[in-house]
Amino acid sequence: MNVIQYFERHPGEILQATVEHIWLVGIAMLIAVAVGVPLGILVARRPWLSKPILGGANIAETIPSLALFGFLLPVPWLGERAARLAIAALALYALLPIIRNTAAGITSVDPAVREAARGMGMTPGQILFKVELPLSLSTVLAGVRVATVLTIGIATIAAAVGAGGLGEYIFRGLAMVNNSLILAGAIPAALLALGADFLLSLLERWLRPAR
Amino acid sequence: MSAGAGPPRESGAAGAVIAFRRVHYALPKGQLLLRDIHLTVERGETLVLLGRSGAGKTTALKLINRLLEPTGGEVQVEGRATLAWDPIALRRHIGYVIQETGLFPHYSVADNVALVPRLERKAEPYVRARVEELLALVGLDPARYLDRYPHELSGGQRQRVGVARALAADPPILLMDEPFGALDPLTRAEVREEFQALQQRLAKTIVIVTHDTSEALLLGTRIALFEAGELRGVYSPREFLASSEPVAAAYTAQLRRLEGFERGI
Repeated sequence: MNVIQYFERHPGEILQATVEHIWLVGIAMLIAVAVGVPLGILVARRPWLSKPILGGANIAETIPSLALFGFLLPVPWLGERAARLAIAALALYALLPIIRNTAAGITSVDPAVREAARGMGMTPGQILFKVELPLSLSTVLAGVRVATVLTIGIATIAAAVGAGGLGEYIFRGLAMVNNSLILAGAIPAALLALGADFLLSLLERWLRPAR
Repeated sequence: MSAGAGPPRESGAAGAVIAFRRVHYALPKGQLLLRDIHLTVERGETLVLLGRSGAGKTTALKLINRLLEPTGGEVQVEGRATLAWDPIALRRHIGYVIQETGLFPHYSVADNVALVPRLERKAEPYVRARVEELLALVGLDPARYLDRYPHELSGGQRQRVGVARALAADPPILLMDEPFGALDPLTRAEVREEFQALQQRLAKTIVIVTHDTSEALLLGTRIALFEAGELRGVYSPREFLASSEPVAAAYTAQLRRLEGFERGI
């Protein structure tokens, strides 16, 4: 049975795995953005924090993904559910590009613009939300895009701890030495990554500040 | 802050809007950028801070709207030390124009000019009328420029928008740091002349930083000469031309050379 026949026979099943996959990545990205953007702002504000924060995120990035899932398994609340565990690990991976790009975006705001904002009597909060963040939005989004593509790939490994997603097919295919099964997981995952990359790059271009 | 220290204070001359009282400013590492500055700015006058790069004139300007805080002495605005002001209230009381204009690239011309009135939560119809009024005032046709973005404007137009933005909340004081510095010579002369006309109509207290002697003589009612972090003297334009103070004389000598060159042609 080749891949195409497999797709024809199990459309619902594959669709469900795809939705699971998107769900894992989506929740992980929401968490990563919610944590990473404030950390990025902190790094931009307090340069001495950049080493510990970026260093920490860097270390998370270098842990092999299969090992990271293993490391998180004994963590009390996380280890209870496979999906929780997978989402936590994926969010950790997504963190570095988001922190790095947020910090880079904010530090690259023209100092003259920042000084004018201060001189006009804007409060630090107004400067952040009305000037610095809007001007670095496209850079932040570029980080989110890189992180999303990365996470979609790594999420296939979440199946190893039973979190579902498209990785299920890949692992099953590996175990059964069935290329069609592997491709049934790998092709939709690759398409997802390409699609996310395309959509987010459109958004990024649309939000890029005119210079 | 240091009450009682220093010489007896002369009761601030009537109408002094800005006063430097024995002001020192040093960087955290200890380098002294301003030494013992004593200076008052009267209501309605245009004081020019003249000096070469690094003389401390921009530092002095930023002490007025508390972008920097004095490390010694005090700067007073409307009779109150800047450190006693709420910095946000102080800055909204003072218009600020800088060389690169610092226009927000993500805001249209209208939104840039409307910035401070909106921060002050003025009613939207008022803000819109005010923006049009100001653009007309600085010589930009509102109908044509309201919706443009800074990158779509020439240097001279950007500078005008910068001035309009600084005037938007009608502050009694205006600070300008090399406001015409980034413009080519012809545009510079043009914008400067328009500004002179504006100056007379607005009757604001203005402090301008420049390193250009002829600009200082044209725009200033008085000229404060800075050199290496010290105030060398305050002169009317006429006094400045006649001054024998070595630094002032060096500036006028440079002007005369230019005149001599003109006559030589």
